[in-house]
Amino acid sequence: MAANGIDKALGISPQVLALRMKRMNLLTANIANADTPNYKARDIDFRAAMASATASQARLDATKPGHIAFSGSTEQPQVQYRRPLQESTNGNTVDAQLEHAAFMENAMRYQASIQLLDNRINGIKKAIKGEP
Amino acid sequence: MSLFDAMDIAGTSLSAQTVRLNSIASNMANANTVSSTPEDTFRARTPLFKAVLEAQFGDDASKMGVQVDRIEEVGGEPRAEFNPGHPLADEEGYIYRPNIDVATEMVNMMQASRSFQNSIEAINTAKQLAMRTLTLGK
Repeated sequence: MAANGIDKALGISPQVLALRMKRMNLLTANIANADTPNYKARDIDFRAAMASATASQARLDATKPGHIAFSGSTEQPQVQYRRPLQESTNGNTVDAQLEHAAFMENAMRYQASIQLLDNRINGIKKAIKGEP
Repeated sequence: MSLFDAMDIAGTSLSAQTVRLNSIASNMANANTVSSTPEDTFRARTPLFKAVLEAQFGDDASKMGVQVDRIEEVGGEPRAEFNPGHPLADEEGYIYRPNIDVATEMVNMMQASRSFQNSIEAINTAKQLAMRTLTLGK
């Protein structure tokens, strides 16, 4: 991502939106597969994903001869499987209520980020035009 | 990666649930279809779902839709009923009714329609977010 002035002015909202979108896809997949036998519900740890998305240069130092050089991308968030409260008999671990709550929460936070981004863009516009 | 992917995923669920609803409707419609031999008797069918990592979604593992893997015949053997006056009765006077439990089918139908609604809800939310994103900065 180019580090020009406008990018800096927008803060971390673009990364937040990208991650929220990713999480939304996962949660939609969970809802879509609510009746699929042996499907395991998945989600991401948003805090960890956000930390790795905003870290400018994540790296692992090879301090000993036996260490393997780290070449993995830190951009892709780690997808994890949800631990089911109660497993169903067909091996499906989707809890419809839980997924719904998470989906709505994710959507609302997405909108909050959009709102923040909106305000920032309007602020920049005002600054460019020189209007009060 | 975009909000349209969420719509695609939920869309696969809509078509899978439609197949399920269709098979339930066919089961219920044929609950009283009698025949002369056990082999010819209607059997309840149900689709088996499978999570699918579609090629159209690229290599991103977060996009997992659902599709109908295969349609299986379920339920027990047809029930023989002694009814010599029936036009379809065999030489011993038996007709055969499909072993379909209408209550079970109704429960399945409720479940399918709920899942359908859930996917619609997901598509609606994705649409709202996409529209909101399009009007960013206006």
